[in-house]
Amino acid sequence: MKVAIVVQRYGSGINGGAELHARYIAEHLARHAEVEVLTTCASDYVTWRNELQAGADTVNGIAVRRFPVKHERDPKTFARWQDLVFEQPHSLNDELGWLDAEGPASPALVNHVSKRAAEYDFFLFFSYRYYHAYHGALAVPSRAVLVPTAERDETIGLSMFRPLFRSVRAVMYNSPEERMMIQTVARNEGVPGVVVGVGSDVPANPQPGRFRAKYGIRGPFVIYVGRIDSNKGCPELFDFFQGYIKGCYGKLTLILIGNSLLEIPAQPRIRHLGFLDDADKFDAMAAAELLVMPSYYESLSMVALEAWALGKPVLANGKCDVLKGQCLRSNAGLFYETFAEFVETLSAIEKHRWLSASLGRNGRQFFRDHYDWSVIERKYLDMFERLRTEPQAGTEGHQGGWLDRRRVEVPAARDVLARLPQGPALGLPAPAARRPA
Amino acid sequence: MADFNVRSDSVNVEQIMEQIRSRIREKRGVDYTEEQIRELATVKLQKFLDPRGVRSDLLDQFRRAQPLQQPPALPNYAFEDSTLFDSHRGALRFIRRLLKPVLKLFFNPNPLIQALHIQSRVNTMLNEREARLEATESLYYELIHNLVVETTRLGIEVKNLTMRIESMSSRMEFSERRARALESAVSDVIYQPAPGDIVGTAQPAAGGAPPAAARDARGSSAHQSQRTEQAYIGAPGQSQPREGAATGEGPGQRSRRRRRRRGRRGAIPAAVVMREGPPAPSAGFAKPAATPEGATPGGAEPGELSPHAESATRERAPALPEPPAVPPAPPSERPAPAERAEAPPPSMPAVPRSESEPQ
Repeated sequence: MKVAIVVQRYGSGINGGAELHARYIAEHLARHAEVEVLTTCASDYVTWRNELQAGADTVNGIAVRRFPVKHERDPKTFARWQDLVFEQPHSLNDELGWLDAEGPASPALVNHVSKRAAEYDFFLFFSYRYYHAYHGALAVPSRAVLVPTAERDETIGLSMFRPLFRSVRAVMYNSPEERMMIQTVARNEGVPGVVVGVGSDVPANPQPGRFRAKYGIRGPFVIYVGRIDSNKGCPELFDFFQGYIKGCYGKLTLILIGNSLLEIPAQPRIRHLGFLDDADKFDAMAAAELLVMPSYYESLSMVALEAWALGKPVLANGKCDVLKGQCLRSNAGLFYETFAEFVETLSAIEKHRWLSASLGRNGRQFFRDHYDWSVIERKYLDMFERLRTEPQAGTEGHQGGWLDRRRVEVPAARDVLARLPQGPALGLPAPAARRPA
Repeated sequence: MADFNVRSDSVNVEQIMEQIRSRIREKRGVDYTEEQIRELATVKLQKFLDPRGVRSDLLDQFRRAQPLQQPPALPNYAFEDSTLFDSHRGALRFIRRLLKPVLKLFFNPNPLIQALHIQSRVNTMLNEREARLEATESLYYELIHNLVVETTRLGIEVKNLTMRIESMSSRMEFSERRARALESAVSDVIYQPAPGDIVGTAQPAAGGAPPAAARDARGSSAHQSQRTEQAYIGAPGQSQPREGAATGEGPGQRSRRRRRRRGRRGAIPAAVVMREGPPAPSAGFAKPAATPEGATPGGAEPGELSPHAESATRERAPALPEPPAVPPAPPSERPAPAERAEAPPPSMPAVPRSESEPQ
């Protein structure tokens, strides 16, 4: 069996959520099938500039084929398109213009997928919102398996993606919330789908003491791992945590790990360590009292899963349905929506050892039950097996005629998003109560 | 921070979050106490309620702050369909009217005429409206001024009322304390054992039950109120001289006290006293058992009791039980000889248990 992983960026140094997800899946599926990665020459997700060499490459033993990007992203043009399709009634053609402006537009990659489709059994397209996934999946719908990594943002309200969700062979969802959202928008219940997510290679014996010694950190701390960006809810986290410090609610320090696009508040109890390698990251998480996830939009928080794998509780932003749902399903994390809730939940985890330990224990079990690599691999392989035997369910793939695409009758994406149901989808049963052996 | 009710290994996040939210709801009620709300209100309103902040020339200042605006004295055309072709010269007017159809071949002047006609009407309406606004402007200024003055006056009134309430509440508090102090003083007098009871109160085996019951009844709150009472009555000599009498008084003083007590036991009946006229002030209540030893009969010495203490002493005097009135203890409850030997002699001044024993 030959599987192509089609993703917007790929490389060992590329740590975006979907890209990392794709790399992990590629490396684990390579144990069971022949895997080739089809990607672009871009490594920067803002400009999509061609920075890597086009052609064949190998990353961690996986064959990679890179294709050039037609044009870089022009922020002003993209912002104009985005404003049009998100805020105003528009046409399908406008949405296609938005997709092209967003990038990474790589017709060469789509051509390769289209022409060499027969060489692959399945194409795993990552991130529905990008050019390669949209055009690639529509080019080979009979072999396309979509890993949408969809978040609850305006993009999901664009009408162009509904045929995409309905035409692919299968959808590998990251969470029940994502599945519920996509099925509500696209009415694609007939398309085979399964909630999979992604695992993580968490070390068995992290060294929290080594991390503390290396970075001179004393005392209890809460950790944030990820890009320090306003999209990730970091400004709110800073505000809330400074309020927590001023109110003398506890003794925790906030440790930030990741590249920062924001100014870090000048506060002794907020420390930014920058980007750390995996060993340091896991050591830091093992040393932390808890992980905080302030993001509003998440398809699947891998960091939260890693924290749970290490037996650490998670404090998540309750405005993100996925995080809230994960916390509720796992019984391994608390969530907040307001400052008062932030303080109370943080203090609860900080001051109640039994609570912290119980949440961490539940998290570890939740990770083992649902996100262990053996479980993830099995779900993918089962899906491939099922698709081999079952006829294609999805049919709709065309986008209408020339006039249809230009008719301004598509509602603003924000309006569509506002109509979507909110809240966590508590489909998966919570792990049973376990007592220590 | 209050503890959670869920204390088991199987935590339920939904339940915990519900508890946290309910606690936040409760806290919100507690967080903003009346005092904090008042403080916040004061902070918000003090700018307006500060009487010094009000300017009597507010109206003039308002007017001065407005930029001087002279409306341009432009004529307003009454634009009709013939205005474009009009002229004061009759021949010219005739020629224009004659060539009007030719002109209309080149362009259509009707929209222009209509637009200018509408504009002319709009200008007229705006002028009228401006005039009306100017007329009412001064009224608005005056209204605002009056509102500010009235708000200030109300603010001052609120402050005065607040101060009056505070004053009255402090007075009431003082009165309550005073009443409590007096009640405590009275209860001390009522429960104070007479010298003849000393034997009974000092021997728990024989007469232990009544004093213990009295002590229990009064409890620690009574003791507390007694302290408060002393603070407010200002008669610490009531207990100190007794202790001094019990410890450091000489035989002469003891004999004087004995004589006084005998005199009181053999007091003249009230009828006799009434017949003979009122006794000297010092004889009536300035020398009871609790009178400070250093106090002179005239009551003008530094150890003089305050009027509250006097009234308490007045009530105390008839409550003192006479020794013969004490019923003899039954044989089984009578103190043993050794215990009896420990009891102070009847001539010794009685020290109330409430003052001599720790509670």
